[in-house]
Amino acid sequence: MIVADKKPIEEIIETVKGYDRILVLGCNECVTVCEAGGKKEVEVLASALRMHFIQEGSKKTFDEQTLERQCDHEYLEEIRSVIDNYDAVLSLACGVGVQFMAEKYHTTPLIPGVNTCFLGATEKRGLWTERCQACGSCVLAHTAGICPISRCAKRVMNGPCGGSTGGKCEINKDLDCAWQLIIDRLRDLDRMDEYEIVTPIKDWSTERAGGPRTVAREDVQV
Amino acid sequence: MKINTSSKLEKVFKSGHIAVTSECGPPRGSDPEAVTSKGALIKNHVDAVNITDNQTAMTRMSSLAACIHLKQMGLEPILQMVTRDRNRIALQSDLLGAASFDIHNVLCLSGDHQSFGDCAQGQNVHDLDSMQLVQTVRHMRDEGKFLGGDDIKRPPKMFVGAAANPFADPFEIRVPRLAKKIACGAEFIQTQCIYNIDKFEEWMRRVRDRGLHEKTFIMAGMTPMKSAGMAKFMKNRVPGMDVPDEIIARLAGVEKKKQAQEGIDICVEHIQRLKEVEGIAGFHVMAIEWEEKVPEIVERSGLYPRPEV
Repeated sequence: MIVADKKPIEEIIETVKGYDRILVLGCNECVTVCEAGGKKEVEVLASALRMHFIQEGSKKTFDEQTLERQCDHEYLEEIRSVIDNYDAVLSLACGVGVQFMAEKYHTTPLIPGVNTCFLGATEKRGLWTERCQACGSCVLAHTAGICPISRCAKRVMNGPCGGSTGGKCEINKDLDCAWQLIIDRLRDLDRMDEYEIVTPIKDWSTERAGGPRTVAREDVQV
Repeated sequence: MKINTSSKLEKVFKSGHIAVTSECGPPRGSDPEAVTSKGALIKNHVDAVNITDNQTAMTRMSSLAACIHLKQMGLEPILQMVTRDRNRIALQSDLLGAASFDIHNVLCLSGDHQSFGDCAQGQNVHDLDSMQLVQTVRHMRDEGKFLGGDDIKRPPKMFVGAAANPFADPFEIRVPRLAKKIACGAEFIQTQCIYNIDKFEEWMRRVRDRGLHEKTFIMAGMTPMKSAGMAKFMKNRVPGMDVPDEIIARLAGVEKKKQAQEGIDICVEHIQRLKEVEGIAGFHVMAIEWEEKVPEIVERSGLYPRPEV
């Protein structure tokens, strides 16, 4: 899923202070799972903002709503009838949802309430870690199911680098060395002979380097 | 043995001599004197000299520019290139630039992570990794083509090296990893600084078991300790470094002002011991910001005078 983290309340206060009627809009997908932008976080943030501005003596309204998805035309339509009641929308969706809102409601100011961080998984409650950088050309078949692009700080395709110590990365002793994980798993899979296959120079044109990407599937288009 | 380039280092190896290289770090400024004065200290005692490429991710004078300064004073530079800061366009471009100044050696590295340096908020590139950079140099040299497939007019004829760290983890893949670098085309190898001689000799045994010492020229990396404090720092703070406690104890066992000399003595003893190890083709003496000690180390190790090739 897409993992996001809450923006500091001070930053949000600074960006919403010019508006009086604000819709705090959550998303029921990834940001709910990572507890950054679901219904619960909408309630908590809206309450905190109300209290702050009441203490300041400024009259602002913070309404709350959470959509099933903000990255989907169908669900975004649900707020069309009320959008003109607001000076701005504070969206707690990921960057995708915020932008889809902006495209759909062209004249409504939009403020992101979370920082979109990475594609990752829930290790345990309150801990999410990165697993994928969406390079557009998956190499996991050749790396024992562990991604050196998202999990190695130097995205070394033929690792580990010389900085791997005790299974940890040179940049942070709490960070697993991706190549140690790959080697451990190759050993357990009895596939260590594959370690010596040189991974060729990667075609990065399918990742960010190639410009904004599109997946067009005629077979499923209606 | 077939000579592939005009590299003096290649000739030294292939004439059967034990090669000696050293290292100069470019300055954090634009004064050429900072490079040439270091070069002058070691000129007669080494076959070639590595010029580091923004080592520890601290912004410095470019390796290529510093190589040119040394080349112009008659030294044989080894251009270090890290894959951290440049994509395949810039790397190929700089290889051509280096070759245009008849710089005949390149050492391919991934580079320390930028978080160690002065631009921790910067991007890193890593379009290629160090092995793929070795492949790139060999491709440009041997095929005479760019990675994109077009022909190169006057391809860069460079002798290609890579680094090996016998002490990083996991130990079991240290020799397979060397084999991979050789398969990519690494013609010489410079190792991480060696202090744990027993472990290094074990690594060399495994290297010989696979005959890898006959496929590349392995240079043992030697860095003299200036003090017990430096030894402790290297042990505890430098990633991938293996400093046995007895080295620290030996340095700490002499009075402070004599520790530097003790460090030189240890370095010379290690070189003398490793000279006897089959498969060691040379020594890479990295006296960090202590270049003036290189001549003493080389002379006392019986590696002087350097051969004429």
